[in-house]
Parts: sequence; structure tokens; C-alpha cells
Amino acid sequence: MRYAMAVDTKKCVGCSDCVVACQTENSVPLGYCRDWVVETMDGTYPQLEVELRSERCNHCTNSPCVRCCPTGASHFAEGGIVLVTPRKCIGCGACIASCPYDARFFHPKGYVDKCTFCIHRVREGMKPACVAVCPTKCMYFGDLEDPNSEVSMVLKKRKSKTLIPEAGTRPQLYFLI
Amino acid sequence: MATRRQFIRISAMGTGAVLAGAAGFRLLASELTDGQKATLAALTGRTPTYCEVCFWKCAGWVWKDEKGAIKKITGNAEDMNCNGRLCPRGTGGVGMYYDEDRLKTPLIRTEERGKQSFREATWDEAFDYIADKIRKLSAEWGPECMALFTHGSGGKYFTTLLKALGSPHVAAPSYAQCRGPREVAFQATFGQTLDSPEPLDIRDTRCLVLIGSHLGENMHNGQVQEMSDAIDKGATIITVDPRFSTAAGKSKYWLPIKPATDLALLLAWINVIISEELYDKPYVEKYTYGFEYLKEHVKTMTPEWAYGITTIDPTVIRETAREMANAAPAVIIHPGRHVTWYGDDTQRIRAVAILNALLGSWGRRGGFYRSESAVIPEPQHPAYPVPKRTWRTEFPDLYKLADVVLANGVCDATVPDPSRNCKFHGWIVNGSNLIETLPNRANTLRAIDSLELLVVIDTMPMEITGYADVVLPECTYLERYDEIRAVPHRKQQIALRMPAVEPAYNTKPAFWMARELAKRLGVIDYFPFEKIEDQLDWQLKQVGTSLEEMKKAGVKTFDRPADDLYFSPDEEVEFYTGTGKIELYSTLLADSEFDPMPKYTKHEEPPEGYYRLNYGRAPMHTFGRTSNNPNLTDLMDENTVWVNPRVAKEWGLSTGQYVHLVNQDGNRSEFPIKVRVTERIRWDSVFMVHGFGHDQKKLRRCYGKGASDSNLITKVLIDPIMGGTGMRGNFVTFITDLSKEEVAS
Amino acid sequence: MNEELLISGRDNLLIDPHLHIWHWPIALDLFLGGLSAGILFFAALFFILGKENKYPSAVRKAPLVVPVLLILCFTALFIDLRHKAFFWQLFTTIKLQSPMSWGAWTLSFTFIVSIIWAALHIREAFPSFDWKYGWIKDLDKWLSKRKLTLAWIMLFLAVILGVYTGILLSAFNARPLWNTSVLGPLFLTSGMAAGAATIMLFSRNDEETGLFKKLTVILLGVELFLIIHMFMGFLAGTQVQIEASGLFLGGEYTTTFWIFVVFLGIIFPGILSILSLRGYKMPLAIPVALILLGGFMFRFIFVYAGQLSRWLY
Repeated sequence: MRYAMAVDTKKCVGCSDCVVACQTENSVPLGYCRDWVVETMDGTYPQLEVELRSERCNHCTNSPCVRCCPTGASHFAEGGIVLVTPRKCIGCGACIASCPYDARFFHPKGYVDKCTFCIHRVREGMKPACVAVCPTKCMYFGDLEDPNSEVSMVLKKRKSKTLIPEAGTRPQLYFLI
Repeated sequence: MATRRQFIRISAMGTGAVLAGAAGFRLLASELTDGQKATLAALTGRTPTYCEVCFWKCAGWVWKDEKGAIKKITGNAEDMNCNGRLCPRGTGGVGMYYDEDRLKTPLIRTEERGKQSFREATWDEAFDYIADKIRKLSAEWGPECMALFTHGSGGKYFTTLLKALGSPHVAAPSYAQCRGPREVAFQATFGQTLDSPEPLDIRDTRCLVLIGSHLGENMHNGQVQEMSDAIDKGATIITVDPRFSTAAGKSKYWLPIKPATDLALLLAWINVIISEELYDKPYVEKYTYGFEYLKEHVKTMTPEWAYGITTIDPTVIRETAREMANAAPAVIIHPGRHVTWYGDDTQRIRAVAILNALLGSWGRRGGFYRSESAVIPEPQHPAYPVPKRTWRTEFPDLYKLADVVLANGVCDATVPDPSRNCKFHGWIVNGSNLIETLPNRANTLRAIDSLELLVVIDTMPMEITGYADVVLPECTYLERYDEIRAVPHRKQQIALRMPAVEPAYNTKPAFWMARELAKRLGVIDYFPFEKIEDQLDWQLKQVGTSLEEMKKAGVKTFDRPADDLYFSPDEEVEFYTGTGKIELYSTLLADSEFDPMPKYTKHEEPPEGYYRLNYGRAPMHTFGRTSNNPNLTDLMDENTVWVNPRVAKEWGLSTGQYVHLVNQDGNRSEFPIKVRVTERIRWDSVFMVHGFGHDQKKLRRCYGKGASDSNLITKVLIDPIMGGTGMRGNFVTFITDLSKEEVAS
Repeated sequence: MNEELLISGRDNLLIDPHLHIWHWPIALDLFLGGLSAGILFFAALFFILGKENKYPSAVRKAPLVVPVLLILCFTALFIDLRHKAFFWQLFTTIKLQSPMSWGAWTLSFTFIVSIIWAALHIREAFPSFDWKYGWIKDLDKWLSKRKLTLAWIMLFLAVILGVYTGILLSAFNARPLWNTSVLGPLFLTSGMAAGAATIMLFSRNDEETGLFKKLTVILLGVELFLIIHMFMGFLAGTQVQIEASGLFLGGEYTTTFWIFVVFLGIIFPGILSILSLRGYKMPLAIPVALILLGGFMFRFIFVYAGQLSRWLY
């Protein structure tokens, strides 16, 4: 089982609903966010192009954060989802420094926090909160090893990219372009 | 060393312990956090509501955690407005409840208006004050001198109160400050208004033309969802905007039009459609009136003519017109929402309506469907007294085609003027921050100054509360019942709002407030039900359901009695216009001595060194209503002014720098605004999101953040047809030296 | 024109606008670790070479401060942790792929060995010291007989510790400035130079002082060489590394680095040491203080600048 997420940049309008939904679903403290939206703009008026992306932890297969954690607090759960066990985390920050996507942060309580692909929802057969709320339905989630999952189907049909693949982390968050 | 037996025993125990530990370790390795467990626990015990953050009123569910505190809000999957997915403001509605800057208790003003100085009062004190004043004003000037401004669900009950007292003056700023011109334009053309939500069949359209709508930044939930569906189905989007909006980024054609010239483009499109015979001939033949007049009228309005005005290439104008015709009748020229721009807005939307009519999209799949809305019967009450005079009787020649009370009209008619022998003396303002909503703030303040009574009902201490005599704190939508939602859509659907939690602090729902005032003013008979739950239950039973049922389902949908979502091929349709047909030539406008067909007029252009002030929306905010919402300020806590790089170079501006803006009348922004240098805006304009620059210190999160565009809108271009206040005729320039002392404007 | 913006208002504490999770405690930890490694290295080396009596300060006196330094080191590490109540989790497991795990265990073993070595030579500082308990006296005698083995272990651990202080940072490929394999040997050399300088200060005989002055100069020279080649490596590397090195070649850390670390921390004390070898009289405290200060500033600036270097936005 390999969980992955795909975001369709052609449909994303940058409304940031994914950010608020994640915040209320996961009780993320105000002032922090586990996911965020990026706008890139290219060109000169009027030849312009805008890309909008909803980003978060990429739950990498070759994840540097799991590798460098000295206590094993950062670990792989089912489907390759990267989680942090708070009572094992000492707050050293090695995982934060090792993430090329800057996806992690210190929770005010001291342990390290980040997107969990809403594993508590996934285990109940629901989609992550961000995917479930997106008004443009531009987000897909599922098992890449299942050829019939919506994420497998959409990656077969569309061109996609990941962020900084040259960092070698094998991220599992795909952007349809 | 111990004996062998002991050795084996110890080893076995040790191994067992290690194995047990390892197994336990693995089990615990991916345990859920407390927060995740709480979220799952809340999966039962949800209460239905419909959102109040904007006017779309998506139905949803409120979820509470194991302590009974509101945790999150999600959409109701059966709701046709949101299809189970709320927009960021709806999802962030929890912030409205948890905002500690909320109004907490009734307040009575102690010093002069505007100083935001109040003393706390009891509800009885507040109501007695209001009732006494209303009685006095009614006795002296008549109840018609009271007016209500409303933009919130609770307005319904204050409307009942005011009408019961004998005043018909209920104004919503959403008319003359927002969509009024399009209501009149569509009424004149098709014989009916568009209402809200508009009956646009976006999910089945093959061509969506956005000329004055920035869907994706204005987050009309259902329409953004349907636009996404349309993109999936390969629909073409054509965006006309001087700014590269989000929608422009998803469009096949983006027409970077020169501001204030949209009418020329629309007329040129009509010209192409007629001259190349791309219009829907049978439809036009059967359903429209005035085609020959129109053909003659647009003869000279060619793409080449439009090119000189709009700077849009004539080939592009032709191509896009053909694209629309190709998709017809599954084409929508979006009527827009906030259309009060330059004062000729009714005529511009008339052109939009005419174009839709020529392409045959009205009443067809992928165009405009026929909406239905449920009718919720009102509880029995005595007939409303007939007002002795109305604003219409006082101003018979003003804005002849406006069929509702104008907010700015009421405001103007409050400012003392020797030429008029009557004026408004008391205002009730419900959920509308008039200081930021009405353009020409100085005029609003003059009006307020001359009032004898100003009552403000709100959830947050917005700027308008500073001028009130009495502030009544309403609880948020998450803490109260309200009227049954019955908005138009493809099918009749009703939604229930019920409280998820008890009202916080000393706040109360509007129903209770209106009723308490009604008691004191002797019109309690108009509120026959003491508890709103009983009224709702009675109303729901009239339409075949009940409060119990609605509490479990949240919404109820009724199938259409007939299969008439669209026109059927040979249907004889009667339109409620003068001629009974779709009027390309408007008899209604002609009768009132306005142009029966739109004409292009040149609008003022910015003087040297000034740039047109364009304003718009951001998808994470609803004007100023959400500026202080903690969840939403996390996303965006200030606006920026978009400046073209050529302009930035001229002025030495860089992204991140703060500047002041000053307009052509010398009005200066109160707070500095951050610059964003971007290619996405034309060199003759600047752009900023509306709803920031609050100068109310009690709104701690948003005080002083960003700049207020309303403050810079002093030149108001009045639409003579229906009184709409055009706000896009203002120009600003930059003040880069912030060291100069603030000068009060 | 090209823009890349965060439009959802992300502002995570210590992460935005750029990473700044590690501050002076980590820099102090790396410096003290390197310094301790240097001192222990020379102590072990000269003991193994049988020069214990020729260079008594190196072998017997200087190592006495190492336990104190390492206690400070652990304290700094502890201060840096954000979930302090769970710090003991660090010692419940060994994660071979985690440099930080390596570091925690290496530091711990080195600490134990340094305490033993210091305890064995306690009479250098307190001549009349006597272990009160019999079993400690027995342990003392037992270990004294095996000092050579202990020295070999100490030599091994000292090198690992010195290199580790650089490996810890270089393992983070997400921070392009740190992601260079030169950093391990560089920090080791820097640590050894600091150690040699400290021993120089402790030294009471001219021969020892002379040797360590020479060693210091050589080590500073090697350190300078490694720094220059580190930058050459950056400039010949990928775009992110070129940008990272820009922080020191025109960017915000240029002046502080080249003046405090390179000039005041390496070149100037090196010159002073050479002059001192030539016979010019000067208080040794000056070059030593400069080397120590330079060493600390090096770690400090590198920890801060590395967090500025990034792949995205």
C-alpha cells in the first residue's frame, strides 16, 4: 500500500479552504499550518501564466526526516504515511532541518508536528480533510498500488510533477500540470 | 552462576518480555494523538446549520468535540448550494464563534458618535431606550421616518417589526451598492430579476464568459464548484478583465481590456453575432422583440471601432464571439455580481442580457435555467398598516426603475436638506458595516450625525457600532435558530439553521430582540409565536416536514412538479415584459425616457500620475465581515496594492514596501498598504482587496492592517436608472514617504 | 517577471520566513565537542607514543577540563530540546541512520572515557586527593594498568567526535550550505587546532609549548586550506550550493565570517604563533583566545547561515 495525493493545479483557485479545514479537523493551533498554498507567476503582461498549488508534507518514500530522527519518533505508518509520535519526540529539530520542503514545525507543546494525511480519517475509509473540503474537487487521494484508486487513475491520465525531485526524497505529493 | 533450570526460566521470561514489549511497541508505534481521537469521537452528534459568513447560505453540519465545544463545520452533502463542500470562509466560521473581540453585552453610548465610548447596559435598559425613542419619533414624524438597513439573516424579524410599525423603508446595501443594476437590466430584458443565487447552468455550459466576475477570487461556492466541473468537461472560459485574475489563468482567452470600456466590447460582440448571423435564429424569431432595431443600432459598432476604445484586437473580438456562438445555447455571459462601476451599469448589463438572448442561452441547458424556490408560509398576523408616505411618494422622479428601497437613497434622505420637507430620523442597522459599505463616507457620517436614533445589531464591534446610540450584540449563526432557508435553485430546497451551542456571553438572537421590542411597542401580534422553534415547526409542517425531521436531515429537497428546468422545444413562454417577449429593445426603459438600447459612453480616465482604483475579493474573506476572524486572518491579514512593474520602476516601489494612497479628491488612506509589484495588473490601474484598513481598535486582529478602499471612493457615479452607486471612477496616486504625520481625512 | 508567493499566510514559528530553529546552544555544543575532541586526541596520541612525561600538560593536565566542557555540552544540548521532559528517549534506542543518534551515543561514551581519564590523573590538580572508598581505589589501580587500551579507545572516540560535529550538519541535504563532505574533516581540524591551542595554554615547559605552537600553526593552515576548498566546492556545485555560498561571498554573513572566523580566528593567531616561535615575546593567551573565539564564531555563523540556505522559495 502506498498512499499518495495529487493536486490539479489547473483547477485550484488558491482559496486555501484546505488550510482552514486542516486547521479545524486537526486542531492545529492558530498561527501554524500543516498545509499551505503557493502561487507562481510567469511572464510579462499580457502573456502571463499562473500556477496555484496546495502543498504539505510529501510523505516521501526516501524520507530524510524518518532517517535522521534519533529516537524513532518520526516513523512510517501504513501506506508510507510519515507520522510523529509525540511522546517519543525530544524536540531536537533534526527532522525539521532535514526536510527540503520545510513541511514540519514545532507544535507549541514542544513536539514536532506536520501533515498526517489525516490518517485517523483514512483508517475509517474517509479522505483527508483537505481533499474532502476542496470546492473545486481538485485534490485526489488514494493508494498508488491500487490501479483503480482515483489517484492512480488521474496520474495515468494527466501530466504531473513533484517538487524538487532532485533532492532525492521521492515525494508522494503530485501536481497535475 | 545459577542452575540450568533457573537459567532456562530466566531466559524464557526474558524472551517473553522482549517479545511482548516488541509487540506492544509496534502497536503503540502509530497510535492516534488525542486530537485525532477527539475528531473521530465527534463523528456523531452533529447539528445542522446554514452558513452566515456570506449570502450564499450553504447548508452544513456543526461538529463538537467530547467537551461539547464547537470543533469544525462541514458541508451538507445533500445541499445543492455546496454539495457537501464549504468554502474557506464557511469552514472558518468557527472563528466567528471563538473570536474574543465579539460584542458581548448591550451597550449604550456615553460620548459623541464615533468615539466608540459606551457603557454596558442590561437588555431591558437597551430595549426601553430604543422603544422610548421610536415612540417619540413616530409621534413627531410618523413611523415612516424609521429605516432599516439589513444584510443578515436576522433582518427578517426587524423587517417584520418595522412594517408592523408602519414603515416600508427596508434597505439592503446589496442592491444599489452591488447587484441592483443587473436586476433592473434583466427585468427589463427577460421580465424577471436574477436573485441570488443566479440561475446559471455553469456545470453544463460549454462556454463561460466572465466580464466583470472574478470567480475563484470571489468565492461563490456553488459557482466555483460548477466552474471546476465545466473545466473538467472541457468548457471554454473567456475572461475580460484588466487584471490577470485567477479565472483568467484558467481561460482559453483572456482579454486584457482597458478599464471602463466593457460596454464597447459587448456591443462589438453583438455586432459580430448579428452581422455574421451567428445568433440563434429560431429562438430570436420566437421569443424576442426589437431585433431589427438592435441590428440597426449596432451597425457601426464593429470590432475595429471597439479596438480603438478597448485595445482588444479585432480578430480576438471576432474569434471569441464565434467561440460563444459555437457553444450556444450552452453559453453563459455571466451577469456579474457587484456591478456598480461607472454609473451606466444598468445599460452595460442590458448588453450582457441582450447578448445572452441572441445566443439563446436563456432557458436552455448550459445557459440560464428556470429556478424554483420553496415558499415558506408566514405565520398569521394582522395586516401591516399602510404607510402614509414612502420614499417613492417623496421622490417620484428619482431612480424610477428601482423597485426597492435604496440604501444610499435612505442615507441621502437623512442628511438635512432645506429643499426637502422630510427626512429619516432613525436607523436600525443589522449586520451591515455602513461606514465601509456606502461610498462617500463623509456623506454617511453627515447623515448619521443628524439622526436622532441609531441602533446597531451586530456580532462584532465593526466601525458602524461606534456611531450607534445603542449596540445590541447578536449571537453568531452557530448559536441560534433563524428563518428557514428557501433560496432559488434547480429544485426547491429548504435548510434548517439550529444552534449548536448556547449563545456565548450575553448575546441573543435577532428573533428574540425583535420580539422584545415588539412587546414594548405594542405590535406583539405580529410575532404570534413566543419561541422561534415553535414558529419553525409550524412553518415546516405546512410544507410537509417538521422540525424533528429537519434537525436530522439538515435539508429537504422537493422534486420539480414538472420537467421544466429548461424551455422545451416548442414551449410558448410568456415573459413579464411590456411586450410579453424578451426585449432586445426595452420598452420599459424607453417609457421612462432612458436609452432603450445601450450606448457606449466614454468614462473619465485617470489623470497623469494617477491610476484607476480597482478593488475586488479574496477567496478567504467576505468583505469586512471576516477581517477579524482568527482562522481567516491566519490566511490573509492584510491586503496589498498590486502595481505594474513599469509603474513601480517609475515610482521606485518594491514588493513589501508600504505606501499611502491618495485619491483625486485628496482623500488619503488612513493606514499604509503593502505593495505587490506584479505583471498581473495593467499599468493604468492598481488593485486591492476590499475589506481591510479597519480603524476600530476593538477589532484587535485587523486594526490598522492594510488599507480601506472605501475610504478612497469619494467620487460616486450614480446610475440614473436605478440609483446604483458606481465606485470605479476613483483614481489614486502613491505617497512613498511615510514619515509625514498622518492627516485625518 | 517571475513571482513565487505563499498566498495562504503561512508563518510557522521558527520556520518562516526562513528556518531558525537552532541557535547558540547548538553552536556551543559543536564547539565544545570539537574542543574536547582535540584535547583528548592529543592526550591519547602522546600517551600512546610514550611521550607522557615529555608533554605532561597534554596528557595529564589538559584532559582534566574535558569533563566540565562535556557537561556544558550536554547542558547546551538539553537547553536546545523543545520537548525536554522526554529527553531520555534519546537513550532508549540507537538509530544507525541518524547522525544525531550517533552523536548522542558518541558524546556519552566520550564523556565516560574522559571522566575515567580525568579521574586517573586527578592528582595533577589536587595532589592530596584520595579516593574515599576502597572499591574506587581498586578500580583506579585496575584501570591504571590498562591505560594504553584506554588511550586507544580515547583516540578513536576523539576522532569520531571531532568529525561528528561536522557530519551532523553535512547530513542535512535540505540545507545546501551544510551539505558538503568537507565539513566533517573541517570541523575536526578546527577542533584539533582549538585543542592544541588550549594545551599550549596549560603547558609549563618550553619544549611542549614549542611543539604545540607548531602543531597549532599546521592545523590552522590545514583548516584554512579546507575552508578555501569548501568554497571552491560550493562554487563548482549545483545552483542551490552556489546560492548558499553566496551568503559568505557578498551576502549577509560575508564580513562576520571573513573577519571574525578567518582573519581573527585563523590567520592572525597563526601569524602570532609563528612570531612567537621566532622568538618574539607575547602572552600566549592572546592567540589562544582568538583561536577559541574564532572556533566558536565559526560554528555559530555556520549554524545560522545554514538555516538561511534552502531549496524552495
